[in-house]
Amino acid sequence: MARLELRSVTKTFGTARVIHGIDLEIEHGEFVVFVGPSGCGKSTLLRMIAGLETVTTGEVVLDGRMVNTVPAAERGLAMVFQSYALYPHMSVRQNLSFGLENLRMARAEITRRVDEAARMLRIEALMDRRPGQLSGGQRQRVAIGRAVVREPTIFLFDEPLSNLDAELRVQMRIEIGNLHHRLGNTMIYVTHDQVEAMTMADRIAVLRDGRLEQFGKPLDLYNRPANRFVAGFIGSPRMNFLSGTLAAIDEAGVEVALKAGGRIRVPVGAAGLDLGASVDFGVRPEHIRPIEPEGAPVGLAVTLAEQLGGESYLHGTTESGETVAARLPGQTSVRRGDTVGLALGDPGDRHLFDAATGAALPHLA
Amino acid sequence: MSDHEPAASTVAAVRPLERIAALWRRIDPIDFFFRSLQARIGAKRMAWAFLVPNLLIFGTFAFWPMILNFWMAFTGGTSTIIAERPFVGLDNFREILDCPSWLDPRGCPVVGYSFWTGLWNTLFFAAVQVPAMILVATATALVLDRDMKGRGFWRAVYFYPVMLSPVVVAVIWDWILKRRGILNALLGDVVERWNGFVAYPAAAAGLIFVVAFVVALLVVRPIAARFGASPAAARGGAIAAALVLATIAAFATRPWGFLVLADFRPVNWLVDQRSGWPMFWAIFVYSWAHLGFYMLILLAGLQAIPRDLYEAAEMDGTSKTRQLFRITLPLLTPTMIVVVVLSLIRAFQVFDEIWVLTGGGPGQATKMIVQHIYETAFTGDAKRYGVAAASSVLVAGLLLVLTLLQLFVSRRRAQG
Amino acid sequence: MITATDLTTFLTRRRGRALHWTDVVAHLYLAFGLALVVLPVVWMLVSSVKSQRALVENDPRLLPWEQVTVLGSEGRQLSVFTLVRDDGTRLEVAFLAPRGRNALVVPVAEVGDATRAFEAPRDRLVRKETVAPQIGNYTKPLFGTGDTDRFPFMRFFWNSTFVTTMATLLTLLVNSMAAFALSKYRFRGRDAIVVIIVSTLLIPPTVILVPLFITVQGLGLFNELWGVIIPAIASPTGVFLLRQYMLTIPDELLEAARMDAASEWKIYWRIILPLAAPALAVLAILSVIWRWNDFMWPLIVLTKSEVYTLQLGLSTFKGEIADNLDHLLAMTVLTLLPVTLVFVFLQKHITAGIANTGLK
Repeated sequence: MARLELRSVTKTFGTARVIHGIDLEIEHGEFVVFVGPSGCGKSTLLRMIAGLETVTTGEVVLDGRMVNTVPAAERGLAMVFQSYALYPHMSVRQNLSFGLENLRMARAEITRRVDEAARMLRIEALMDRRPGQLSGGQRQRVAIGRAVVREPTIFLFDEPLSNLDAELRVQMRIEIGNLHHRLGNTMIYVTHDQVEAMTMADRIAVLRDGRLEQFGKPLDLYNRPANRFVAGFIGSPRMNFLSGTLAAIDEAGVEVALKAGGRIRVPVGAAGLDLGASVDFGVRPEHIRPIEPEGAPVGLAVTLAEQLGGESYLHGTTESGETVAARLPGQTSVRRGDTVGLALGDPGDRHLFDAATGAALPHLA
Repeated sequence: MSDHEPAASTVAAVRPLERIAALWRRIDPIDFFFRSLQARIGAKRMAWAFLVPNLLIFGTFAFWPMILNFWMAFTGGTSTIIAERPFVGLDNFREILDCPSWLDPRGCPVVGYSFWTGLWNTLFFAAVQVPAMILVATATALVLDRDMKGRGFWRAVYFYPVMLSPVVVAVIWDWILKRRGILNALLGDVVERWNGFVAYPAAAAGLIFVVAFVVALLVVRPIAARFGASPAAARGGAIAAALVLATIAAFATRPWGFLVLADFRPVNWLVDQRSGWPMFWAIFVYSWAHLGFYMLILLAGLQAIPRDLYEAAEMDGTSKTRQLFRITLPLLTPTMIVVVVLSLIRAFQVFDEIWVLTGGGPGQATKMIVQHIYETAFTGDAKRYGVAAASSVLVAGLLLVLTLLQLFVSRRRAQG
Repeated sequence: MITATDLTTFLTRRRGRALHWTDVVAHLYLAFGLALVVLPVVWMLVSSVKSQRALVENDPRLLPWEQVTVLGSEGRQLSVFTLVRDDGTRLEVAFLAPRGRNALVVPVAEVGDATRAFEAPRDRLVRKETVAPQIGNYTKPLFGTGDTDRFPFMRFFWNSTFVTTMATLLTLLVNSMAAFALSKYRFRGRDAIVVIIVSTLLIPPTVILVPLFITVQGLGLFNELWGVIIPAIASPTGVFLLRQYMLTIPDELLEAARMDAASEWKIYWRIILPLAAPALAVLAILSVIWRWNDFMWPLIVLTKSEVYTLQLGLSTFKGEIADNLDHLLAMTVLTLLPVTLVFVFLQKHITAGIANTGLK
């Protein structure tokens, strides 16, 4: 069993505060991804869990035990580093067994675990090579293997795929997913790539500037982002934002007067906001459809039409100068230079954010 | 079955060893000690555990002696127990400095004589040896930096003397420089052969022609080239000029007497008091032993200069001379500063080679300041530690001033 | 006139197609340097097997030519000459005594018969010589029983080897530990310690000669080999060199090892040391050269011949036996042999290592 809890954890380097009080609970067997732009503190947070960085204030609690002062070696965790950090002077086998030797494990047990991990990761043929003789993907496997043999309570991954090319990355993503499925351990995975986060995570923690923006299941984050940042960060191409003001408020939702022209209804509650307050209207590219310009709430001058065969992308600007991207299934007859009207999704697909705070207005059930 | 027996016995022989090795691996006493320590003081403070042996030795054998030296400079007597050494104030310094003229130590009392002779000799040594050696080392490094076959071989050859101990170096050269040594024999032989050679008119005429030809080639050719002559014509002109010059010289200088050298008389290189040769050979032998090291560093500095700079200069039509002075030497400056500083510091500490080679003699002709300190403290009946320590303080002060001066000058130059 | 361009071409020319005259001059220059470096050492090598007489007479020939002698009637060694007669025939004779411009000689075949002696003009006598290496130059001082010119090479060699080995091992250990602490840990006072240690590079050791001696004596290390070894262990050069190298080892490796439950000592021993091997090799080579060739400090600390190092022994030997040049040369050759062998095999690593670190 491995249950991890962070209680108001903060971190300060010199005078710079990089983590501002994070609370988080991770259940046993969960695959949790920390995602955020570079410099958001996600790696620092992971290293604090690992015990490689001290905790300035707050508590890291592992299975009910406060481990702030427990050295990394004794927390029973294993970590896969961004650079893999394989010991260059040791063979693959020695790399895998080094940690177990340090634990004074019996030879036979070490051999058993190393061989099993090698089989699982299909690196048996590489056992006598040095890391310098391996390809990027092979090194990645060895690095994972080094974590696996420890049979840790929690696996920590620090951007493990960022040094691989696109194809390998997809492949390794699947393998790590399989590994999690097979071992059932708790895994914490740091990445700046929201696709990795969406595809791998049971739950995603979105971080920005040392703060936890949202923590939840991938589709919850996608469908109901807690704020404008999460809405923009999760999903690709990113969500379109059009600014506007609250024109009407009733029980069924609000009506927004868009700067780009037209009015649109959004089924959200507007608690605390007055008529005329600035808001950002958000809608994902796949929910937008081109329609006849006449009578459409928003017009779009198409600047780029990308035909991928199976799907198409339209990029353009509104009269207010805001850019909008749309993703259409199949192929389209719209060309660069055309002007189209936009249908901005079903009411349930529309999002509204307080322009001042960025917080999402809650959808009405 | 019988061929299994040796294998079995080998296993039996190996087993105890293996068992010991395995036991060692399991317990690992050193690791155990450090792990226990780490458990007690924490991982962060282990840094100090790693530092302690070094700091302890450093403190005992570098910093403590530095402090002790100051104290000893103000004490007298011959005891080596600090507590038993009487405080004498500035007496030691007074004794060294008490001298009618520091520039002419011969008039000084014993201690002053020794100190000032050593100091002036060392200064002279450094002033001549450092520039001379660096000049030759730089030239050699530049030659080796050419696209040269077997560079590794040459580098190794020039570096080899650096590996030799000062004593060996001194014995080798002492033996070569003996009055009945190989150098005198060689020089005598060369003079004799030369005189025998030039006794033949034809040989002398040929010699004169060769010299005249080289001179003509180097003077006439550039002049001819300047006036637009083709290379072949210029070379023809040079040969003609050389023939004319040689004929004139041959007729004007019969019977070649000017070419005959005086008979060579063996020189007592290391013993002749007033000849200046002992100091010359001290400088030569010391440079011989150390040149390769500086050459190596300068060569590394040269090779660090990006080759494409020269290619760019070549494209710009920059002359070789300009490349040397505008690219190579400026970019070599950082290395050169290191070399100058190192060789100066070393020159001030010169002792081993010269002490074994000349013992500071003849008289005091090659006595260096370190020899003065060494002899004052450790040889003779009266071991005058206090005077030696006071001398060290004076030398340290001098070195400090020189270092600061050097830093000041190189910084000024870097800014200007 | 040799122009400045010619001169700089000589110094700096690179990658030319045709053979320029500066190439010839450059190689002449290098050959001259080669002669200057190698000839003295070679001369010493070949001379170390010459007889005392050849050395005193300063025989300039390369090989150890020795006078052929024959045992005379009174048990005297007689020099053998070849007598060239007017008719061109030759006769081997033994030299008995000078007789003005002539010499009293006897044919070698009848050397015992005094009546066969006759006078021959000296300018018709040619010395008869043979190449005979004097191995005794080596064996006599090594294994001889004489008091004056005995050179206990094995003892000095052992002392030197002991000092060099122990000092080098401890230098590597102590300095790499310090370099590890100073490169891979962050703690207060670290930078100050680095500055202090490196700045001692600038302090000439001779300045602290006297107090260092007093300290070593106070610790009871006078006339002990450890008195030479211990003060040399902590080397600012070593700390500096190793630290610079260790700074290039990525911190993530250490973190990986900490996650792997390695103790700090294990990190040092199993990760840092193997990875710093190139820098350790350079320091090891430097340390061996330093300690093997060390002279002044052993000269002060070691005053009994039982604890002499090879260098001390040789310098004392030189002082004591001004007459037995042959033995001195032989022992000098033995002293330079180990270093030369090491250099021949490791020269590439040595020169590369020193060139890369810029330190000696």
